[in-house]
Amino acid sequence: MNAGTLSTPEEPKAGKAHTRFGDRAFSGLATAAGLTILVVLAGVAIFLLSEAWPAITAPVADLPNGENLVKYIWPLVFGTLISSAIAIVIAVPMAVAVALFTSHLAPKAISMSVSYLVDLLAAIPSIIYGIWGIAVLGPASVPVTQWLADNLGFIPLFEGPASTTGRTMLVAGMVLALMILPIVSAVAREVFQQTPKGLQESALALGATRWEMIRMVVLPFGRSAVVAGSMLGLGRALGETMAVTIILSVSGIVTFNLISSENPSTIAANIALQFPESSGLDVNVLIATGLVLFAITLAVNMVARAIISRREASGER
Amino acid sequence: MSGSAVSVPLGDNSGVLPRRATLIVFAASAIASALISLALGLSPFVWLLFTGLIGLAGITVWSLAVEGRRRALDRVMSVAIMEVFVLAMVPLLSLIYTVVSKGLARFDSEFLTSSMRGVLAEGGGALHAALGTFIITAVATVAAVPVGVLAAIYLVEYGKGRLKRSITFFVDVMMGIPSIVAGLFAFALFAIFFGPGIRLGVMGSVALAVLMIPIVIRSAEEMLRVVPNALREASYALGVPKWLTVLRVVLPTALAGIVTGVMLAVARVIGETAPLLITTGSTTSTNLNPFDGRMANLPVYVYQQYKFPGVPPEPYIERAWAGALLLIVIVMVLFLAARLIARRYGVEIRR
Amino acid sequence: MNLTNTKKEIEMADVEAGSSDAILEPPKPSAEARQVHAQAKRIDAEKLNIYYGDFLAVRDVTVSIQPNKVTALIGSSGCGKSTFLRSLNRMHELIDGAHVEGKVLLDGTDIYAPSMDPVLVRQQIGMVFQQPNPFPTMSIYENTAAGLRLNRKKMKKVEMDTIVEKSLRGAHLWEEVKDRLNKPASGLSGGQQQRLCIARATAIEPEVLLMDEPCSALDPIATLAIEDLINELKKRFTIVIVTHNMQQAARASDYTGFFNIEKSGDPGVLIEIDDTEKIFSNPSLKETEDYVSGRFG
Repeated sequence: MNAGTLSTPEEPKAGKAHTRFGDRAFSGLATAAGLTILVVLAGVAIFLLSEAWPAITAPVADLPNGENLVKYIWPLVFGTLISSAIAIVIAVPMAVAVALFTSHLAPKAISMSVSYLVDLLAAIPSIIYGIWGIAVLGPASVPVTQWLADNLGFIPLFEGPASTTGRTMLVAGMVLALMILPIVSAVAREVFQQTPKGLQESALALGATRWEMIRMVVLPFGRSAVVAGSMLGLGRALGETMAVTIILSVSGIVTFNLISSENPSTIAANIALQFPESSGLDVNVLIATGLVLFAITLAVNMVARAIISRREASGER
Repeated sequence: MSGSAVSVPLGDNSGVLPRRATLIVFAASAIASALISLALGLSPFVWLLFTGLIGLAGITVWSLAVEGRRRALDRVMSVAIMEVFVLAMVPLLSLIYTVVSKGLARFDSEFLTSSMRGVLAEGGGALHAALGTFIITAVATVAAVPVGVLAAIYLVEYGKGRLKRSITFFVDVMMGIPSIVAGLFAFALFAIFFGPGIRLGVMGSVALAVLMIPIVIRSAEEMLRVVPNALREASYALGVPKWLTVLRVVLPTALAGIVTGVMLAVARVIGETAPLLITTGSTTSTNLNPFDGRMANLPVYVYQQYKFPGVPPEPYIERAWAGALLLIVIVMVLFLAARLIARRYGVEIRR
Repeated sequence: MNLTNTKKEIEMADVEAGSSDAILEPPKPSAEARQVHAQAKRIDAEKLNIYYGDFLAVRDVTVSIQPNKVTALIGSSGCGKSTFLRSLNRMHELIDGAHVEGKVLLDGTDIYAPSMDPVLVRQQIGMVFQQPNPFPTMSIYENTAAGLRLNRKKMKKVEMDTIVEKSLRGAHLWEEVKDRLNKPASGLSGGQQQRLCIARATAIEPEVLLMDEPCSALDPIATLAIEDLINELKKRFTIVIVTHNMQQAARASDYTGFFNIEKSGDPGVLIEIDDTEKIFSNPSLKETEDYVSGRFG
């Protein structure tokens, strides 16, 4: 535009990079925003630790029920794990089916709207899943759990006596399953859709039926994605609070019995229930349990990320 | 059945079922299970279950008899996958039906225009909670969006080396923070400065912002990445400096996608209950100042009306459902608006 | 050091080419820009080595590119001709780890001098790409004015209108789009989009226009239209064009340079540059002859 501006030796700048103010300001701003992430996470760790510290160092006698902190947390960890385990066991096969349906079976015209529907499922607030669980799914489960207790009572899981309200670990786990199903199926769907067309077509050209093609090509291709998606769903289930809080009537026991009215609580639900009424050291104890929850979900998420990145590293195949 | 080799066309039983075989079988099984259900007085859900099972069995037998094992397996798996899909959709429909039918009882003008101030049992509304939800979420959004979008710009346009890798890693970590832990963080942050009894609307905003930031970063990052490099090059070749290129070429191209991502992120956190339960507290009257005292909000309102009803419980439960309906309507409006923006204003990007 | 100081050199170098002093064009809208528009600027590359990280992609190019002429660069795929082109306006360094050694002189000023701002270099040396890449969020008008607008040039609406019309006319696009200037550019055909990109590049009045296979994504008719355009644009700009299409080089250029590569992994070398006519009828080197006489890259 302006020939004179090309040579500007009046202000020789040191070094090769000739950066202008706008560039420096903007990249500085963006970098600062990136660093904010690190600051926030460091803040999360520091503030949680500092608030949990009194509970970790307090003498056992001062803790709730005069119990050792580990003893206090253990039933909660157990409840957290078992509710999430139920959720995963139910959700993963269903999520794979839903993903396969949207990616390979549904007619093109409806597969789009079906995907929307599944995504919408993920956006429904957990509190609503919770009250639906206690109002609809719980009562509906009573005859089934009654039957399970009567006929399969020899299996520890269904030992009974069956709850008459449906406020059981099984129902809580089923609601959690519904909540994580969209997450798992979204990850799986994404990868199923990326299965190379060439592989699929050559399988079909060899005379495979559609199911044989899915089994030979699509499922192996998407296997690690399903695992990774499941881990992400697991991370979500572990930290999910309200559905469990509202459904379970808790008592601090450790049991594999899924259908009785006596259930262990989960870490998150315990915090939500106890926190508003707590003060003093009890608050610190709850924050300490929150840290444990954070550590567990962090570990699960890291495993998921590792699986995903290993898959990416091994190429798109 | 000798031809198990894939290249042999489908074995010996090369007969084929009529084109609408599946439809016929399922119509028949629907009628059959309707008869059974009526006879035994079973619920519609059980009828659906029976229809699925009988239909699956029917198509299996028929296809095995006519088409042979491989094609039968194909049909069975297709039908089974579809049935599992339907099974997964049943709870969603039931949930929406339940919320709408139970929520409509109190979804009236009083509910939408009054607070719970001085309400003992009947009447009352959720205006204070709805306003609180809007304020808390708006403050969280105002805090999270600039940080999130700028961080995404850093990751896509500027970042390199170890800092970029570690920020990417920690965004993943942040993504995995359970919502209740975000709430605990907000509480701990304010408790250290203001003492443990503190409850403020803005504490809830801090918790929600912690949850929103990684979602915004991830979606904005994805949107910035699909902006073709050719556009950046075209801009550079016109002698436009990098920051103006990012600001006036890349961002506008990705804008619709970023807005969609932000709205979906808002939809995700607007229903969060746990972090608000422990940070904002709850009150019965309207409080519009997030920096002063407890602040009601819809999710906590629903929770408390449902979990801790008074006597008689019915008005409380009804208010809880009406609140749930309001919440679901808000989420759906956000969700659909996001999709609409993506479709209406999304820039066609050649890959 | 003012660039006009080097003008004598140009004239000396340009004697044989028959200078094009008398360029017919409307007066420039912006007063301070090039009041006396004698001719566009020349480019001299001196001992230019171009790297991607440690990999030497183009070796030791020394060449003079004449002002107001069309110089075509030909050669097989991966021989470094595009890389060389992108190093002429410092687009090359946008790739991570990419850098150059040696000099590129624009009318005697080294564009790689430490004090030189690449952004200002690119305002002087514009570029048109292989794929038409109009900005999808902008209208046809906004696309044409993009270079000025994005740099936040303060300008009256009338002035802007004048530049847009002139640039679109210059790109032979005005008649086709004058009734839909505010429509999105994505509605244009590929050839129209490419001419829009040329209008966009010329609107900021650069000295040199680099074209990286500008017709390879276009059909034959659109290609001819662009070649006509190039022929006209050289009255105002120095043009360097990379092309795969031998006929295009023969038709549209005054000089042709041939890049060769010994074997895969070796750097590309500019082995011969001469009058287009000579390159295609009687090149000095056997490699060039082999290439132009039938073996297409």
